Formats: sequence, C-alpha cells, structure tokens
Amino acid sequence: MAHPHRFGLGLRKPHYADFLEAAAPVPVDFVEVISENFMVPGGRPRDILRRVRERHPVALHGVSMSVGSADGVDRDYLQRLRALVDAVEPLFVSDHLCWTRFGDFQSHDLLPLPYTEEALRTVCDNVDAAQTALGRTMLIENPSSYLAFDRADMTEWAFLDALCARTGCELLLDVNNIFVSATNHGFDAHAYLAGIPAARVRQIHLAGHSRGETLLIDTHDKPVPDPVWALYAEALARVGPVATMIERDDAIPPLAELLAELDHARAIAALRVAA
Amino acid sequence: MRLAALQADFGRWLRAECPDAATRLGGGAGLDVYLNNYRSQLVAALQSSFPQLQRWLGETAFLAAAARHVEASPPSAWTLDAYGEDFPATIAALYPDDPECAELARIEWALAAAFTTPDLAPLSAESLGEVQWETARFAFMPTLAMLPVTSNAAALWQSLVDGTVPPAVQRLPAPGAVLLWRDGFNPSFRTIEQAEATAILQLEAGMQFGALCTALADAHGEAGSAAIVGGWLGAWLRDGLLAALR
Repeated sequence: MAHPHRFGLGLRKPHYADFLEAAAPVPVDFVEVISENFMVPGGRPRDILRRVRERHPVALHGVSMSVGSADGVDRDYLQRLRALVDAVEPLFVSDHLCWTRFGDFQSHDLLPLPYTEEALRTVCDNVDAAQTALGRTMLIENPSSYLAFDRADMTEWAFLDALCARTGCELLLDVNNIFVSATNHGFDAHAYLAGIPAARVRQIHLAGHSRGETLLIDTHDKPVPDPVWALYAEALARVGPVATMIERDDAIPPLAELLAELDHARAIAALRVAA
Repeated sequence: MRLAALQADFGRWLRAECPDAATRLGGGAGLDVYLNNYRSQLVAALQSSFPQLQRWLGETAFLAAAARHVEASPPSAWTLDAYGEDFPATIAALYPDDPECAELARIEWALAAAFTTPDLAPLSAESLGEVQWETARFAFMPTLAMLPVTSNAAALWQSLVDGTVPPAVQRLPAPGAVLLWRDGFNPSFRTIEQAEATAILQLEAGMQFGALCTALADAHGEAGSAAIVGGWLGAWLRDGLLAALR
C-alpha cells in the first residue's frame, strides 16, 4: 500500500513560539516530539503538546524504550508511554534499535547491539511486548554506531528485515545514521538500502553529523550534508513516498533555515515522483 | 559472549572505565566515543537542571562537582530529567561548611520538579463557606513541596535568577522552610517559619483544624492563635496550596 509523502520537523524549544503563536500554522505536514519530554503528569510541557496537536499531526519519537535490553522492557515506562499515546493519538510511535538500560543502570545513550540470533530474539520479544502494551505498531529506527562486534551473525539491514518479519513492526530509516555507520564500519550504504524491507519504511530522518578523530559522530548539529541528500534520493527511489523530517538537536538555527532544508527534501521527492 | 554479559560489561565500561570490560568488548576508539557521550550527557543534564547553582559555585567548581556526581551516582531513572535528584546530596558532601550551596541546589531541583506536576484544581475560598472549622481536616496539594532551610538560600536563588548582586550569605535566626508549588504553569516559592511548617505537617498528618488552633493558643492565647492561623490559611488559599477538605 502506498503511503503519502509528508514533510515534518522535530519540535524543539527555540521554536515553540513559531509553532504555537504564529497566526498561520508552520507549513509542515507533521511534527515529531521526543516522547520522554512529555511523559510527565502535567504542567507546561503537556499544555504545549496539546496546543501543538491542535495544529499538527504529531509523531512520538522515544529514546529510552531500550528494545535491546537483555532483561526486557520496562513495564512502567510502557504504561507511561501508553498514556501519552492515548492522549496524543500520534501519527507514529518510534524508538531505536539499541539498548539504553540494563538492570538498574540507565545509560541514556543509544548503545549498540551485536547483530546475533540471540539479540534478534531479545529485540523481537521486547518489540512484541511494546506493541502489545501500546496497542499499535511501532517504528524502529536504525542507530548510528561507533562500535561493531566481531561476533555478529548478520548485517544490520538483515537484522531489521528479520525484526520486521517476525514482529510486524515498521521502520524509521535514518539516512544520516546509515551514512555515519557505513563510514565508521566500512560497509556499503547502497547495499544497506537494497537490503532493508522497503515496504516497511514509514518515516525517514535527515540530519547532519560531525567528524571526530577517527569516526563520524551523529551530532545532529549541522545541516544535512550533500552525501546524505544523495542517499536520501536513493532511499526514496527504493521506498517510494514516505514521511520525511529534518532532525536537529543542537546548534538549532532559526525555523526558517530548517524549513528551507525541508523544502530541499520536498524538491528531491518531487524529482523522484517525476522520474 | 551472551547479550546480558555484553551489556553488563558495557555498563562497567561506562560507569568505571573498567579495562577488562573494554578488552572483552573488543576495545577501540568507539568505546571512547560512547564513554564521552555518556559522561558529557550527564554533565549537560546537571547544567540544565541547576543553572543558578552553577552561577553560584562558578563553572569550574560546578563541573568538578558534576564529575564527582557522575562517577559516584550512575543514573537509574527512565528519564534523563530525573538525573539531578541526588545532586544536592553530592553538593552537601562537597560543601559541608556552606549549607546554602546544598539548600540552593534543593530549591532549584524542587522548582524544576514542580514544573511538571499534575494539573489539579486547588480548594477555593468560596468552598469553605459551610465548613465546620473545629473538626475540619485539610489536604494539601500533592504537588506542594517543603524544604527545611538554615540559610537565606531562597533569596540567593532569586537574586541569581534576577541577575542582581546576591545578598551576603546568612544563617537564619532559627531553622525555617521553603514552600514550593506550581502557580499556573510557573513554579513558585516562599520562605516560612518553623511554626507554619510544623502546622502544615500536622494538618497533613490528619490533625483537626480546631486542635491546631488549641495547640497554638497555649503559647499565643486564643486571639493570638486565631490571628496566626487565619493568616496562614489566607496565604494557603491565595497560593492554591490546599487541595480539599477531608
């Protein structure tokens, strides 16, 4: 089934006034928020989300579900997220292919998984539990990573393909993360795009990165670079119309700059449709 | 290596830079990236939660305290926003002779916590028209926080927010408390004396309003106690601190 092209932005504090107080709604098809920032009992954050939701469809993007935890997902976390889902009726609910928690330790970072059969079973069990608790299909995002484990049984894209097949989950494809991880680990980004289950991709993230001493770092503090735009065009050719958004988390520019980047995504998508 | 063992090792690396764990994980520059991300994110969370404390201590001292806290107190809550909860205790241990530092940190944390408390309607003055005062029991808003203080930390916090020259650090003549709550969407606070703090704790514990007045009358006389309690009650209603009659 074909999905519509949609173009959105992540909601960040410097842009609250643009989204809430301008006479005309910001020209986006959806807004993505970080779920955890709004999984609170009340106060201004929930009021802001309610008002944004009155103007735009909202996607919930999480960073702490930890679907890769060997000791399972946190039921209390899922209950909090379910309450937010029920209140927002989001376009998508997503989190990352990673782990952030083990036992009582919360790293609050997106830590890498070994792509083994054991890890696949763990992630499938956790995604099943999450989808049951949330009463809906989740989108799982490919992470940037800085460490690859020697003992992997499969590639990241084969892991995602199997995850989708076993759990029915869908994908949030972060094109910048593919570029960063491909560069860091020396795999072929084109093979990655060819290997993912294209029909399961519902959303795309576009972002920038930084160059560390030996590795690319997924910093989300720069405009989308040309190689990522090129990979985006290639991804669109593979997955077809899809919801696309610019993800900027640091060095956040005026909203107009991000809207201009989003227009660039629209132009690339229009060219793909024409082709 | 099984997944659980790998994740336990990764935790040892992040928490304690354990070299054996790093070896088992395969080593390499990537582990340093994750270690740097982990530490810098926690320090940034503390900076975000305690901006006035950072102004008060100065950046160098604050970052040293933050590094100490990151090393001693790994995060365990589901949200990064909760990471600073124990930071005032770290500050208290680092500055035992300067209680205003930890009190400033506690006030700053409680105000941030009040920011996202549940949206509840307080008891209105109009609803007290038919109340039987002698036997009335009050419930305070569950979002009300009360912190013991021995210094003028609340005044220091306010001057830091306002960008004015902070007053000299002072010990209060007697220990008091700071009440903190959410007024609309904005956290609010005021300093109270120990007698009012005690009264709030007694009422919270179920004491009847009449019994509170009687207890105060022993020290202040009937008219005096009525004036004192009436003043407190008016302020609690004005600030929206009462939740219900129970």
